[in-house]
Amino acid sequence: MAILETRQLTYTYSIGSPFEKTAVDHVDLKIEEGEMVGVMGHTGSGKSTLIQHFNGLLRPTSGTVLLDGKDIWADKKSIRDVRFQVGLVFQYPEYQIFEETVFKDIAFGPRNMGLDEQEIKRRVLETAHDIGLKEELLKRSPFELSGGQKRRVAIAGVMAMEPKVLILDEPTAGLDPAGRDKIISHIKEYHKRMKNTILIVSHSMEDIAGFADKILVMNKAKLFCYDDTEKVFGRAAEISEIGLDVPQITKVFMELKRQGLDFGKEVYTVPYARDLLLKHLRGKAGAEDC
Amino acid sequence: MLRDITIGQYFPGNSLIHRLDPRFKIVITLIYILMLFTGSNIICLAVGGVYTIAALLLSRIPFKMFWKSVKPLLPFLLLTAVLNVLLVDSGDVYFKWKFIKITAGGVNISVFMIIRIVLLIMGSSLLTYTTSPITLTDAIERLLSPLKLLRFPVHELAMMMSIALRFVPTLIEETDKIMSAQKARGAEIDTGSFVTRAKNMISILVPLFISSFRRADELATAMECRCYNGGEGRTRLRQLKASARDFIALAVTLLFYAGALTVGLLFK
Amino acid sequence: MENMIEISGLHFSYPSDDGKEAAEVLKGIDLTIKEGEFVAVLGHNGSGKSTLAKHINAILLPTEGKVVVDGIDTADEKRLFELRQCAGMVFQNPDNQIVSSVVEEDVAFALENLGVPYDEMRRRVDDSLKAVNMYDYRLHSPSQLSGGQKQRIAIAGIIAMQPKCIILDEPTAMLDPQGRREVMATIKKMNREQGITIVLITHYMDEAAQCDRIVVMDKGTVALDDTPRNVFSHVEEVMRIGLDVPQVTELAWELRKAGFDVPQDIITEEECVAAIKKLMATA
Repeated sequence: MAILETRQLTYTYSIGSPFEKTAVDHVDLKIEEGEMVGVMGHTGSGKSTLIQHFNGLLRPTSGTVLLDGKDIWADKKSIRDVRFQVGLVFQYPEYQIFEETVFKDIAFGPRNMGLDEQEIKRRVLETAHDIGLKEELLKRSPFELSGGQKRRVAIAGVMAMEPKVLILDEPTAGLDPAGRDKIISHIKEYHKRMKNTILIVSHSMEDIAGFADKILVMNKAKLFCYDDTEKVFGRAAEISEIGLDVPQITKVFMELKRQGLDFGKEVYTVPYARDLLLKHLRGKAGAEDC
Repeated sequence: MLRDITIGQYFPGNSLIHRLDPRFKIVITLIYILMLFTGSNIICLAVGGVYTIAALLLSRIPFKMFWKSVKPLLPFLLLTAVLNVLLVDSGDVYFKWKFIKITAGGVNISVFMIIRIVLLIMGSSLLTYTTSPITLTDAIERLLSPLKLLRFPVHELAMMMSIALRFVPTLIEETDKIMSAQKARGAEIDTGSFVTRAKNMISILVPLFISSFRRADELATAMECRCYNGGEGRTRLRQLKASARDFIALAVTLLFYAGALTVGLLFK
Repeated sequence: MENMIEISGLHFSYPSDDGKEAAEVLKGIDLTIKEGEFVAVLGHNGSGKSTLAKHINAILLPTEGKVVVDGIDTADEKRLFELRQCAGMVFQNPDNQIVSSVVEEDVAFALENLGVPYDEMRRRVDDSLKAVNMYDYRLHSPSQLSGGQKQRIAIAGIIAMQPKCIILDEPTAMLDPQGRREVMATIKKMNREQGITIVLITHYMDEAAQCDRIVVMDKGTVALDDTPRNVFSHVEEVMRIGLDVPQVTELAWELRKAGFDVPQDIITEEECVAAIKKLMATA
């Protein structure tokens, strides 16, 4: 069953005023449990507004949001519980840290859930380990840490709620390549351990290519597509047209195809490109010339 | 959510009132307030009222906006009116029942006070509705600049005010984001007991304060890189030039003031 | 061509609070940048690239060594304003460098501080806004602008001072792809059309690839200093430092590792396409 579903989800703000705008336009979506989804869209495409519906921070103007088959707004009082099951990490989350120790800040979410001290401690320790924070950092003030470490504290704070669905809005924003790779690999480890569903919003198709099973693309408030990674990269030309950047390696193979050298596969990572080329260069048959 | 808050709501426009020099507008508003408070009877106020209505019309701002500025004070106004009507005992008695006595004097004073306060609010609103906060700050800085001779930090205060104004929308947006982030972790900000909500305020205030300090530090560095060195020798891009229009507006206001006083004396 | 920036024997450590030896952030930098150059300083977080940038306009002063910009020693307090007019700086956070609530007034800020008379100020503000394509927004409030637009306003504010060089400290790190494109286009235009020397601090290799020269920093020293083509051909070293090379460069390197004859200096898609076609044809 789909863990997260939307039916004709629409969100319009400033209704009735001259600034009225539809940010999310009749989106139908079914996200299966256990998937790792990359979410893309140009600025203003509605992706940030969309993800804030998943954890009930925003209420649809019309349409429904279902978690585990249940309408999350059926009982307004239990909307807070939805936020514990669908964890949302905003951009630059290190700016929301406020507690005196790293431990306490990570524990904020679990504490709000009403868990007992032992359970809270277990979760904090496990999440800190998952995200690559050494245990000795837990008793320090988060404000003494580096930017990258602070970000991990903030992400751990949401992971510690052990949500069924974890959504991260550009978790690698502003990080250098090494920092970015570390965070993504930690998230992948966490995904493997928890077997939950993860959505990562990113502007970089190159990054998304490295972790996503499926890709969700928003364009001008509408759902452009939600499909397997390989199929989405097959539509690279369309993706380019709606203003998104396609990985360099994909552009190379698109151009090769255009010039008559079609390898028959969608290429979006360097290792895959290398393997594909080596197979053709060393293999029995030559390239498939069209 | 918080984004709908605006400070001293400003309605951009191109009316005569909008185009007056802000320094003159401030001085005129002060004279206006003086006029309302030195007027001794209702006829004075009537003259003031004519002036006010003319100014409101000239500003081309919808009348309901001025009504909106008065509305919050209605309960206070009504209370004052009732108290005056009941407690003031002078002149003809209109109504008497047990200990309640309504006299002409009481009614007179009530009406007088209500009109005075309403005119006051509407007239002052006219200033903030037709002058942007930054223009007002600029005008105040220029009006107060003679105080520099007394070592009063006019430039520094004006700089602080204008930077504060610049960052209000930014801070509101940031507060919104922090609130959303804490709500996403289950913090109860709109619901729950007073103690819970107070505790959760910390989760918003601490990050906000820390980011503000960092912001201030970065801004200061940026300002220094652009050769900021206090108020000495600074020139201004924003130019204020008094024109004939401004002097005429001032003159008209003074005439009304004089007129109101005269009329008040005549109709004593 | 004159030397715009001369850095010799630059060592720097932040003053330590607790009396202990503070770790050295810059460990002996020698660098010369000529007038009109468009240089990228590439490095991971902690490599010292931002610290280096802050020495150019005297936000920081060397613990040892010297920094001279257009003949002005940065340690010379008396010529500080002259230095900062000559070497303008744009920072990473678009919001935290905008002082005024009206766009054109923010652009005028530096000129107001320098006591420039009104007519000249008006002209320079208008010219700067037009140069960054933000003239239509001159009366707007900065809070209505996108990140890329705010950074362009910041750049306009610096150009108004008519500097000889501009240092940009990770100006696109907080922007979306469109904002990054806008800012890069503006910077390149300033370099090409007005001959302003540009020093771009970044960790994005696709931005560095657009410059004339890349200085790669690692742990407080200069690891590589060459054209983009030559820098990225040192694939192993760049990756060891923790940086990216363009995907096409990485692919070419992988193929070379596997024993195939592929040029060492591929950095564009066109070159990669050509190389692959050649390989397949001879296979």
